[in-house]
Amino acid sequence: MALLVVKFDLKKRVKLAQTVWFMYWFAVLAGILVLSLGLFFKIELRKRSELMDNNESHFLPNVLIAMGLIACGINAFGGKVCYDSLDPTKFAKWKPMLKTFLVFCVGFNALLIVTSLLCFIMRIPLQFTLAEGLKNGMKYYKDTDTPGRCYMKRTLDLMQMEFRCCGNDNYRDWFEIQWVSNRYLDFSAKEVKDRIGSNVDGQYLMDGVPFSCCNPSSPRPCIQYQMTNNSAHYSYDHYTEELNVWRRGCRDALLSYYGGIMNTIGALVLLVTMLEVTISCLLTVFIQSIHIVLQNCFLSEISDTLKRTANLSLSLFCFLSVSLSSTHTYTHTHTVMGTNRQLLVFPSDLMSRLM
Amino acid sequence: MPFLSLKFNLQKRVKLAQGLWMLYWLAVIVGIILFSLGIFFKIELRKRSEIMDNNESHLVPNLLILVGMLSCGLNAFGGKLCHDSLDPQKFSKMKPMLRPYMLLCCGFNVLLLLLVLLSFLMQFAVYLTLAEGLKNAIRFYKDTDTPGRCFMKRTLDMTQIEFRCCGNNNFRDWFEVQWISNRYLDMSNDVVKDRVLSNVEGKYLMDSVPFSCCNPGSPRPCIQHHLTNNSAHYDYDHRTEELNIWNRGCRQAVFSYYSGIMNSIGALLIFTIVLEVRLRPHCRSQSVTCVLKGTELDSQTTVTYRNHFALPFFFWNFILFPLRLIAVSMQQKRKQWREIHILLVEKQELL
Repeated sequence: MALLVVKFDLKKRVKLAQTVWFMYWFAVLAGILVLSLGLFFKIELRKRSELMDNNESHFLPNVLIAMGLIACGINAFGGKVCYDSLDPTKFAKWKPMLKTFLVFCVGFNALLIVTSLLCFIMRIPLQFTLAEGLKNGMKYYKDTDTPGRCYMKRTLDLMQMEFRCCGNDNYRDWFEIQWVSNRYLDFSAKEVKDRIGSNVDGQYLMDGVPFSCCNPSSPRPCIQYQMTNNSAHYSYDHYTEELNVWRRGCRDALLSYYGGIMNTIGALVLLVTMLEVTISCLLTVFIQSIHIVLQNCFLSEISDTLKRTANLSLSLFCFLSVSLSSTHTYTHTHTVMGTNRQLLVFPSDLMSRLM
Repeated sequence: MPFLSLKFNLQKRVKLAQGLWMLYWLAVIVGIILFSLGIFFKIELRKRSEIMDNNESHLVPNLLILVGMLSCGLNAFGGKLCHDSLDPQKFSKMKPMLRPYMLLCCGFNVLLLLLVLLSFLMQFAVYLTLAEGLKNAIRFYKDTDTPGRCFMKRTLDMTQIEFRCCGNNNFRDWFEVQWISNRYLDMSNDVVKDRVLSNVEGKYLMDSVPFSCCNPGSPRPCIQHHLTNNSAHYDYDHRTEELNIWNRGCRQAVFSYYSGIMNSIGALLIFTIVLEVRLRPHCRSQSVTCVLKGTELDSQTTVTYRNHFALPFFFWNFILFPLRLIAVSMQQKRKQWREIHILLVEKQELL
């Protein structure tokens, strides 16, 4: 507020231009960060698309990449405008575009807020895709000779080892499906015939899990087969044994992994949004200072546009912050509401000064 | 001793100082890379010190960290020297330090050469340490209740999974040790008693491997036990089966990983030596001619010097922007703005 009371002499204007220029370059870096985050998330989704039925939505990473590129463009342009702003001949070239540029900035900030909200919300469709994909993954584990599914076994084994999980909800999911291919079953053996005859679907079910479920931290060598049969192994009680195989289900493990990525990206995009809003406010103040000095009647036009865009951004901010606070933790709402308060005071004071 | 016999007029000297200043900053960055490589290598050695008997030599990473820090310091000082060499007042202050600095640089180059040699030769030591360490690791695999060795099983399992290997030379190393603890063996069982009695030392040996030897890429579920017994499994021939468990030995796998790191370090050090050797004669000739022609410098040269450095400073702002955020060189930008301010005030344009 003190900035608006004091008359803008040359020294202060130069300092303000310097600050805004510097912040624009920082914002270009932030745009590059958003772009790389989008690329990283896209790659992570693509890596495990087999476990999601090749059906996962790439909407969010594509939006992030687009926003990153637009951010770089807008901020680079803004930096150039700031750099030329102290030279009246160069600035005259940019003057007509300033109004539309400010409108663009505000629209872009709104889009950024929507993006960060998406990051937190898109977790839910991902949960359903993962559940479906993992169930099918386990069903096709044995089909290593079927084209299109021959790498499912390897993918699932590697995933269970990497994420330290077993089965969909827990290891008992492996007891309900046949995960040994018929090619490797001796149908003339009595034991095999008994097992197949013992259930309706004619599947070879057993109380065993694949080797990728084994926990390396177990003090005893891994017990994979006959897990519920205490007498099959010396000094073994399957009710109390905890370290033998991984106890967590893979759906939980994968969801918490992707959820963590999305939360981090959402938080970072929120930070970038706050930075952009701060820059827009500073740019507004700076343009005001230039126009006061040049005594242009373009001033009233700008003030009208500013009033409209400021009100729009304000209302958007209020609405989105309220909806955010209802869906996420208190730390995020704390920072958003803080910026909200600033924005409330800035434009109203600005407008009163101009009138 | 002049390295180059060209006559250095002012224009050429300024251009040379400019180029040298950039090269010095490149050398500082290379020094930082060397430092971080040294830390990375040290961490990698420490991570797997258990399979090397806690006995591995940390000489190469320690020297690399030292060399990285020295390189940063020496090259930053050299850059400052070149920067000031066109200004006679500043240079007369630096003149006495020139000779010891050159000697220090020669010593540093010798140290770099020594480190290159070490990084290629110490690979033999790593190989021998690995061989010994892995042999002991396989022996202590079952001792999960002995303090000091209780994590050996987990370390070895994780190593075999990560490096896709089995045993020391190959998977048959597991047939020669007892890798199941006696706690989990039913000594009253006939099968167990037979096995234990069948060898001199009374060990429970079997033709099986731990689960971490399994290859996830195998089309059939992993066969860990009775590996040499074809009749124990349906449609199985252990002589032709290739995808069931990893075929490579862990000594070879882990060694090729470490030798890859050490070769890259050696290559980067050779590049650093070439860079350093190129920098020395140029800077020396620059400073020598400056000393000789010190009397010719006047106020004009300081203006030219500032103009010539304005452009590369702006260039560095773009490329090294994140570094400049941290570095003191932000001051240069503020100087530019101050100059614009002065110019404007003088012309009274916007008042």
